[in-house]
Amino acid sequence: MLLLEAMGTTLAMTAIGCVLGFLIAFVIVFLRQTPGLWALPIRFLAICYVEVFRRIPFLVVIYLVLFFIRSIVSEVSLFTIAVVAICIYSTAYTADIIRGGFESVSRQQIEAARAMNFSRWQTLMNVIVPQSWPVILPPAVAFAISFIKDTALVSQVGVFELTFRGKELNNEGFSALLVFGTIAFLYFLMSYPLSRWGRWLEQRLASSPSQRSKQRLRPAYSP
Amino acid sequence: MHHLQVKDLSSAYGPLTVLKGVNFTLAKGETAALIGPSGSGKSTVLRVLMGLNKPTGGEVLIDGAALDYSRPASVRAARERMAIVFQQYNLFQNMSVLRNVTIAPVKIKGRPRKEVEAEAERLLSKVGLADKHHAYPDELSGGQQQRVAIARALALRPQILLLDEVTSALDPELVNEVLDTIRGLAADGMTMLIVSHEMAFVREVATKVVMMDEGLVVEQGPPEQIFGAPKTDRAREFVGKILRH
Amino acid sequence: MNYTFQFGVAFAELPELLKGAIITFELGILAFWGGALIGLLGAALKTYGTGPLRWLAGAYVVFFTNTPALIQIYFLYFGLPELGIRWSSFTCTLIGLTLNAGAYLTEIMRAGYISVRSTEVEAAETLGMSRWQQIRYVVVPHIAKTIYPALANFFIVILVMGTSIGAIIGVDELTGQAINISTENYRWIEMFVVVAGIYVILTFIASLSLALVGRWAFRVKAKVF
Ligand SMILES: Nc1ncnc2c1ncn2[C@@H]1O[C@H](COP(=O)(O)OP(=O)(O)O)[C@@H](O)[C@H]1O
Ligand SMILES: [Mg+2]
Repeated sequence: MLLLEAMGTTLAMTAIGCVLGFLIAFVIVFLRQTPGLWALPIRFLAICYVEVFRRIPFLVVIYLVLFFIRSIVSEVSLFTIAVVAICIYSTAYTADIIRGGFESVSRQQIEAARAMNFSRWQTLMNVIVPQSWPVILPPAVAFAISFIKDTALVSQVGVFELTFRGKELNNEGFSALLVFGTIAFLYFLMSYPLSRWGRWLEQRLASSPSQRSKQRLRPAYSP
Repeated sequence: MHHLQVKDLSSAYGPLTVLKGVNFTLAKGETAALIGPSGSGKSTVLRVLMGLNKPTGGEVLIDGAALDYSRPASVRAARERMAIVFQQYNLFQNMSVLRNVTIAPVKIKGRPRKEVEAEAERLLSKVGLADKHHAYPDELSGGQQQRVAIARALALRPQILLLDEVTSALDPELVNEVLDTIRGLAADGMTMLIVSHEMAFVREVATKVVMMDEGLVVEQGPPEQIFGAPKTDRAREFVGKILRH
Repeated sequence: MNYTFQFGVAFAELPELLKGAIITFELGILAFWGGALIGLLGAALKTYGTGPLRWLAGAYVVFFTNTPALIQIYFLYFGLPELGIRWSSFTCTLIGLTLNAGAYLTEIMRAGYISVRSTEVEAAETLGMSRWQQIRYVVVPHIAKTIYPALANFFIVILVMGTSIGAIIGVDELTGQAINISTENYRWIEMFVVVAGIYVILTFIASLSLALVGRWAFRVKAKVF
């Protein structure tokens, strides 16, 4: 089943690209909040990165990554190129989500940590991240899920994913209505259940830490 | 030599100068009360001492050694020696009571977890919360949260404890449980700098009163002097006002 | 790396690229306004509709927000000719994007409908406002203020992400022009760097104007960044 394999490719490149993007975005946001004059260029670069890549079409990013990487090393798989493009793009979007989440933690919580000699990194890992991930995770997951659809564009440079397989089938003579109807349905099969799950996650995370700790103790009970 | 000496300390929020040269001293084992009208700069003094606000001038000396708040190492040293309890408790919402108390000694000071937990349990019993180790802050009353915050500060083993209006955010019936805790600390000989509006309490526990107004210390001395025979007009006016209440 | 950049070549093509940029704006604006009309209707049906109409609006949103816009456009461009309907690549992109935008805008506008609190309307009633005045002075300003940032944001998304999809089926908008020119002069990197720059400038102008309009018309503090 080539269609199944193609679906797997679509899911795999989205997942790898978005998870990597999330991690890089995390570092970028941390750098962006570095205080002090000496860090000004770092802050500037971090802001530029986010602002620029949010304003460029994904298709243009794909072409840039393709030709840029190919001009340096020629032996790179198209899959890798797709993952890099997805990663670059999702980094820019999730950086904004993560920044919003960090800023939702109250100043007093951070001051309490600083007054106890927490370093910036320790404050981040022990106070800011645990308090803000319920705010960050739902939109970040929603972004990744909606990006499954946008990855259809990488078919343009010949990555063997779902849309590309559809074009092949169409070229082999199958009816376009049938082929693209099926492909649309397969995307729907990936996207819809995941987006429902994302919404469930959001509701679940909307409760406070103390409530969650009880949910852990009584997983069977749900009102 | 003074345990803590604040010399001509000044500080500003942007263009607004809120401390204009604050002077006072604190001896070991002393319980000093910082009083004055709201907006006079009391919280700012504590925040500058903790390195949360930058001083624009003056000096802070601990045991005669000056702290240079522009140097991170010096700020760290200040936070080693002093601990603060905030008006709004500021307990970490994502941690249980026990973890709130143990996290800094274990993670920041690198002390053994077992030892710190034993000490935390002792401290929590001392503030009357022996049975709340595994509760989260949002499951506690304000008074309980504030007592946890005091235990958390004590777990850092500070030489000086700073308390900023720790009872102001509490319902009246919860005030006494926190005041009792502070009385206990005073009796143990803890060096404390207390910002408070509870004048009866200040009179009872303070060995020294520092009165501030508009970013300056207007008078300091034993409570009998400040409340009984204030020397400056400004102090007389303020004392008159609070005693009428 | 034995590649020498020649940005002069790319800049020489600026007039051609700007022609593409105009088509990009046309597509973006038309699809946005078409989608807004659909969204207005869809949101009304989803909020106040009953029975099959409400279900239909819901199904439309779920389908179009869970499948790629590219596939929707392929369907129109490659599929419809089998039924004897032949549209240009521009038309197919426009219709595909409009339907796609309509689904997202339905959700955005529904949030606006829902946000109108009955207490505000009641307050207006007690002030003696007529039904029309209530709508004119209370309901519409409230909705506009609530959803304006989301609308402005979505316009940028359509303008950037949406319109460039047309390039794949041969619409000569900005990305399409870049592909056309690069296949002739092989200056892919330079062309796409320049095109990326144009997109950044265009969207920056767009978000700036939207922020100003929002502040002036609805007193919304929309962010440029
Ligand atoms: N975050 C802030 N930004 C600007 N001004 C502030 C801030 N916090 C306090 N101030 C000002 O500093 C002055 C002193 O405040 P504070 O030290 O909190 O007084 P107190 O604790 O004695 O009531 C006040 O005039 C207040 O308005
Ligand atoms: Mg204060």
